[in-house]
Amino acid sequence: MSISETVRPKLAEQLASDLSGSSAPPRRNGELVFEHPWESRAFGIAVTLCERKAYDWEEFRSRLIEEIAAFERNNPDKQGFNYYRCWAAALERLLTEKGICSAEEIDRLVSTGRD
Amino acid sequence: MNKASTHGHRPQPLPDVALRVKALEALLLEKGLIATDAVNKVVEAYENDIGPLNGAKVVARAWVDPTYKERLLKDATSAIAELGFSGMQGEHMVVVENTDKVHNMVVCTLCSCYPWPVLGLPPVWYKAPAYRSRAVIEPRAVLREFGLELPDTCEIRVWDSSAELRYMVLPRRPAGTEGMSEERLAKLVTRESMIGVGEAKTPNKGRKVA
Repeated sequence: MSISETVRPKLAEQLASDLSGSSAPPRRNGELVFEHPWESRAFGIAVTLCERKAYDWEEFRSRLIEEIAAFERNNPDKQGFNYYRCWAAALERLLTEKGICSAEEIDRLVSTGRD
Repeated sequence: MNKASTHGHRPQPLPDVALRVKALEALLLEKGLIATDAVNKVVEAYENDIGPLNGAKVVARAWVDPTYKERLLKDATSAIAELGFSGMQGEHMVVVENTDKVHNMVVCTLCSCYPWPVLGLPPVWYKAPAYRSRAVIEPRAVLREFGLELPDTCEIRVWDSSAELRYMVLPRRPAGTEGMSEERLAKLVTRESMIGVGEAKTPNKGRKVA
């Protein structure tokens, strides 16, 4: 599998990153970094909680590494990889392991959200 | 035992993960552990302000100021902070210099460690399994796919970023940029050149440089 087929920056991304400085849409300092709104929320929550000393970044990072490794183990062809899905799973696991949230609480809210 | 993905019902389809993140945020709000404004602020900062333009300014300064370059190669974290760039994932920075004989490239094989304050958040390809595994195994082939063909005489060094050390590449200053201002030089510095999968752009031909 070649990088050009799978992971080369999309043309739009390249164009955006080629535009220099403050006028570059859709962000002022590079290209769009999140593909879905939930990705940006998962990112923001993890960083905010770390800044508030709910955990050390290393605690989050070690779980992120585990989630990525688990995906790659379960998907030897590596298809369908979504980095922020691993990120969200790592965050949820860290919060439940530290007793900040329980899996039941999250499940309850998820089922409410689905209705 | 690796506990990843052994509980619950992962992997979930995207709408499910979106729901779970929404639920987490609501729960943390309810518990008073986060505020929506604080999360918005973090997201906006990384979407708009913190990005590769910061790293480009560092590179341009190093190109025009030899004493700054010396400090940058010796203690990157402090030298980068001099320009006002610091923060999460910007601790323990190491800057490696490209020359005619040595080309450096950066990867994070385990996750996606990346120097946020100077480069922003990593692009999709940097986080992808293909880049993370192949950059180490066959860097020359990977570089070729990025359009960078290096002579056999050029040694390629691949640096694996981690929580302890985060790397940024100081690309070679392009020919024909003598006397150019720092601001104009910064515009030649691409994100790819600071990860080491590309080179800095050469100034437009046919246009007067200085």
